[in-house]
Amino acid sequence: MNKIANKQVINDVLLEESAKDKDIIVLCSDSRGSAGMKSYAEQRPEQFVEVGIAEQNLVGISAGLAACGKKPFAVSPASFLSTRSMEQAKVDVAYSNTNVKLIGISGGVSYGALGMTHHSATDIATMGSMPNMRVYLPSDRFQTEALIKSVLKDEKPAYIRIGRNAVEDVYEDGNVPFELDKATLVKDGTDVTIIACGELVGDAKAAAEELSGKGISARVLDMYCVKPIDKDAIIKAAKETKLIVTVEEHTMYGGMGSMVAQITAANAPVKVVNLTLPDAPVVTGKSREIFKYYGLDAEGIVKTVTEQL
Amino acid sequence: MNLEAKALDIRKDIIELIYSAGCGHIGGDLSVTDILVDLYYKQMNVDPNKMDDPNRDRFVLSKGHSVEALYCVLADRGFFDKKELFDTYSKHLSKYIGHPNNKINGVEMNTGSLGHGLSVAVGMAMAGKMDKRDYRVYAVMGDGEMAEGSNWEAITAGAHYGLDNLTAFVDRNRLQISGTTEEVMTADDQEERWAAFGWNVISIPGNNMEAIDNAVEEAKKTKGKPTVIIANTTKGCGVSFIENKAAWHHKVPTEAEYQQALKELDERRAQL
Repeated sequence: MNKIANKQVINDVLLEESAKDKDIIVLCSDSRGSAGMKSYAEQRPEQFVEVGIAEQNLVGISAGLAACGKKPFAVSPASFLSTRSMEQAKVDVAYSNTNVKLIGISGGVSYGALGMTHHSATDIATMGSMPNMRVYLPSDRFQTEALIKSVLKDEKPAYIRIGRNAVEDVYEDGNVPFELDKATLVKDGTDVTIIACGELVGDAKAAAEELSGKGISARVLDMYCVKPIDKDAIIKAAKETKLIVTVEEHTMYGGMGSMVAQITAANAPVKVVNLTLPDAPVVTGKSREIFKYYGLDAEGIVKTVTEQL
Repeated sequence: MNLEAKALDIRKDIIELIYSAGCGHIGGDLSVTDILVDLYYKQMNVDPNKMDDPNRDRFVLSKGHSVEALYCVLADRGFFDKKELFDTYSKHLSKYIGHPNNKINGVEMNTGSLGHGLSVAVGMAMAGKMDKRDYRVYAVMGDGEMAEGSNWEAITAGAHYGLDNLTAFVDRNRLQISGTTEEVMTADDQEERWAAFGWNVISIPGNNMEAIDNAVEEAKKTKGKPTVIIANTTKGCGVSFIENKAAWHHKVPTEAEYQQALKELDERRAQL
């Protein structure tokens, strides 16, 4: 069982890279602890900015830093970052095209029983709807590392959502296929394609293995790049498999599944089933309990595939 | 350079631009003109041909709707072709839209939604401190805009980080689209509010060029904290029938009004 959370990987990558690049700045909104950024804050005080509990200011200041050549990473709970500071993300970052990386931590339903105020089940919709804003939901720690290293090389806005806790590895150390803005083929298959993002890629992978035992060949695509979404991979899947099932820790409207359906409908019509959180506050529970309840875990995915195929 | 004369010429450009385009926020343009003229013709280190100079001073127009005043100043200072501005402003496919657009040379940041500019300016000032550069950052805000809560986050942070390279202006013209600021949402204690948050506060007659320039000089000498200049201005300043009328927030002059406005400005120019 992996015990390293994706946020820890981000801290480690930024700590390492910031030693070489003095323009890297991490900003937190009283969130350095929950962001796993404590060691960064301690070791890079000159490259760390605390803004207090003020998410609008967090993003506005980040944009100002970026406009002067800095490479800011604004790290704050995804729930607040994707809604409270949504207009700053739209105007100061996306529209002004500033090199700000918005890191939404404890995303989705990570905060579990803390309730809807702390859930970010609409962040793909809110951030993805903005022109010039990229949206990434990496699956495991290895992909998170590859993603952060990759976006450090560009100068464009991005929103990256990660969960709170460690998740099972999808990839292996030293064997992490990664190409920016291309879905990663986790497993090939010919009957059904399961397209997942974020923490649920692990469940999609486990479901595919179980389906294999039932004689169903499932392809699994890790669509960490929700925007720009990998259109080619989706069309290919639509043409080569009979069914697409999407799985995401997000509400049903404006999420990754919606985008997949939009692309298949216009280019290669195929049955698309979206497994999502409901259009309602979710039931109380831990992430895994919530995923199981709404059929987003491996068991739920297997059930949907066998019913729909 | 005679800055008063320049400010009258810029006002004529603003009237011309709004009249020919058929749109614009004339009242706020005319109240903020003197501040922009002092900054762009005297105080700020900005060169139209060196907008990638990391040591240039930074300017953010938080009250983005006063964009006609900014565009007229930038065009006159040679940041872009004045004719192109006048021919295309707000027209189909133009980059000269009705709020600052950073695709235009000289515009640092897109603004328009109120309550954004000061946070951005705080970030710019922080970057200057981090890089040990001596550029200064200026943000111009509207008084109606001071009702935006996000401003107070930025004001708190500006003082917390002791950003003495940052100067904010509040264009205190006492009018907003629905009426007086005091009717719409109390703003009359700006000086006390900013002072309570830890800023150096200077209150001046905001359409007086000498007072503006002296205040900017004082801000440059003030160490350890940012400065706000509460510029007590007249909305529509310079044109008698536009002055102090909320209705002229974004009204467009008729041909007779346009002629009258230019005549008044010419008369004032002749008296200098």
